[in-house]
Amino acid sequence: MTTLEVKNLAASINGKQILKDVSFTMHGGEIHALMGPNGAGKSTLGYVLIGHPDYVVTHGSIKLDGVELVDKLPEERAKAGLFLAYQTPVAVQGVKLSTFLRMAYNQLHPDSKMKIQDFYDELKRNLNKVGLDETFMSRSVNEGFSGGERKRVEILQMMMLKPRFVILDEIDSGLDVDALKMVAEEIKKYFSDQVGFLIITHYQRILKNIEPGFVHILVDGKVVMEGGNDISLRIEEDGYDWIRGA
Amino acid sequence: MVVEYSREEELERLVHELKTVKTSDWEFHDKDNSVYSTGKGLNKKVVEEISEIKKEPDWMRRLRLKALEIFESKPVPTWGPDLSGIDWENTSYYNRPDERKTNNWDEVPDQIKDTFTKLGIPEMEQKYLAGSVAQYDSEGVYHNLKKVWEDKGVVFMDLDSAVQKYPDLVKDYYCRAVPASDNKFAALNGAVWSGGSFLYVPKGVQIDMPLQTYFRMNGESTGQFEHTIVVADEGSKVHYIEGCTAPRYEKNSLHSAIVEIYVKKNAKARYTSVQNWSKSVYNMPTKRSWVDENANMEWVGGSLGSKVTMLYPSSYLRGPRATASNLNISLAGPGTVKDTGAKAIHLAPYTQSKIVAKSISIEDGKAIYRGLLRVNKGATDAKSRVQCDALLINDESASLTFPHDEIYDPTATFSHEASVGRIGTEELTYLRSRGLTEDEASSMIVLGFLDDVMREIPMEFAVEMNRLIKLEMNKLGAVG
Ligand SMILES: Nc1ncnc2c1ncn2[C@@H]1O[C@H](COP(=O)(O)OP(=O)(O)O)[C@@H](O)[C@H]1O
Ligand SMILES: [Mg+2]
Repeated sequence: MTTLEVKNLAASINGKQILKDVSFTMHGGEIHALMGPNGAGKSTLGYVLIGHPDYVVTHGSIKLDGVELVDKLPEERAKAGLFLAYQTPVAVQGVKLSTFLRMAYNQLHPDSKMKIQDFYDELKRNLNKVGLDETFMSRSVNEGFSGGERKRVEILQMMMLKPRFVILDEIDSGLDVDALKMVAEEIKKYFSDQVGFLIITHYQRILKNIEPGFVHILVDGKVVMEGGNDISLRIEEDGYDWIRGA
Repeated sequence: MVVEYSREEELERLVHELKTVKTSDWEFHDKDNSVYSTGKGLNKKVVEEISEIKKEPDWMRRLRLKALEIFESKPVPTWGPDLSGIDWENTSYYNRPDERKTNNWDEVPDQIKDTFTKLGIPEMEQKYLAGSVAQYDSEGVYHNLKKVWEDKGVVFMDLDSAVQKYPDLVKDYYCRAVPASDNKFAALNGAVWSGGSFLYVPKGVQIDMPLQTYFRMNGESTGQFEHTIVVADEGSKVHYIEGCTAPRYEKNSLHSAIVEIYVKKNAKARYTSVQNWSKSVYNMPTKRSWVDENANMEWVGGSLGSKVTMLYPSSYLRGPRATASNLNISLAGPGTVKDTGAKAIHLAPYTQSKIVAKSISIEDGKAIYRGLLRVNKGATDAKSRVQCDALLINDESASLTFPHDEIYDPTATFSHEASVGRIGTEELTYLRSRGLTEDEASSMIVLGFLDDVMREIPMEFAVEMNRLIKLEMNKLGAVG
């Protein structure tokens, strides 16, 4: 079984310490939620996990199946199976979505014998599933996409690239009720005992659609509480103050 | 849709190539193959020696000496990039690789042949060229023209050979469009020129395959000063391609070429060049065309590498309805200054020009667009469009635009468009987080940026550019 183990992780950006002490362990077949108030460092954790070069790990380790990732490049971590659906996906001018996904797929699955034609057919089917039309294939990655379209494209990328550990950062923001349902449906379909999910969210909405087995609460760069989904329900009722006070 | 898949496959093939081709593939150097050099420095004696070695007619010798005077009288231009790194005294201005010139690859000396084979030249000739010339340092070592074209009166050989065989024809065109007095580097070329191609296409002859010259500069601290003349006589059609590479050295080399293109009434000429100099080359060519009535000139250029490049291909639209287009792609890698652009001079009514310049700056690379649009009084109803797009990769790279307009006829219509895009860590990290390496990510971005122009240019050029850009990006990855 695949395991992602984060231990006493601390990280800074521009000399500012954002993450102070983060530990958790995830296995394939598990859904975890990472919750916390705005500015707690949730997105930072996502970037640190995928190896964003602006962040410096000052302490701790990130192990995937026992292999240390802290010194690995973003592309190496992607190859190891990590995937972050960005809170604010980045637009890349001039790079066609279909070309980009095809190249990325080839990098991540070098042994795959999938033919180009089959890849594009699958891409079209998946676009359909997330509620986008085929014209998105030949558009530049996220350029001129609405917030909601960008979120759908993040899920599309997950479906095409087939990662083992998926971090979803505020995936519901920008999506209306119906779109959220559609996206949540695809996330659930993708879930299996080979796949681990870390759902980052500051409120409980998405967790109604995808119920986590484990909830971690991050406040001011530290995991201050862990438990089952009952914590997230309490947060919906009472916010974070009771945890801060605790 | 079918077309799109094949482009995707092409890209994939290129990416595969990128991984298998060694970064240093074209930067290899041979041992010094020159059997004769005029030594370091430039003076009257050196010029006379060059002329003597070539057994030139007296008129050419006199033109050389006159050009030397002009060269000596002109200061090094200071209005553009810093040229103080040119070591005038320690440059060898003439380096001859071998006695012979041949039209048979087998007779080219082995080491030189190996070089051209590594660069894929003989293979290209067989596949899609009507003829080719290969130049090594100062001299052409090989030229060949397919017989069908020879029979139709096409002349294609190195300029030295043409001076011997067709002196009157050469005299009619030599230094007419680009006189030695034009600028210091043109004057230098006039004094010490050696090699380059002479291509004459007779009236009405339309050549459907391109002709190519490949320039290889091998020696350290040398200069390459080829002079190329292309004449497309009335109603003819021709596509001429140039490729250049040079190995990398500690000391700087100088490349200062002249290209003159004469497009006569109703003729069509296309000049494509892919320049891939190493980081030790100052690249200072002067390229100009005269475009007559109803004729069309197309410049397509890709400029990679070099330390400093100053290049502004010019079109003089001399007859009514003459048209010209410039499409230039410049890549300014780390430590490189690309000062490039185009000039369109409208001298007659109903003339049209179109200039599209795309530049990419990486790290501290600097890409400058410098252009001139002139419409003379009486050149009524002239039209011109200039588009400059810049892409900056990394946060410290820079791009500047200096368009210059001189419009003396009120009926002219013209437009300028410019755009600047910046790609930083965020974009690269996003692509990398999906599995692309940094250089794959940046070459994707660069090729994406160039996509619209890549569709307009000849396939073989697009493929070559793709390949070179990937190599360039790959090198950066290896460095950084
Ligand atoms: N580039 C940066 N430089 C300095 N501080 C930053 C930078 N990016 C984020 N931060 C700070 O880090 C903290 C955590 O941000 P983030 O991880 O986005 O929080 P969350 O996702 O939990 O809302 C915030 O206080 C934010 O202002
Ligand atoms: Mg966030």
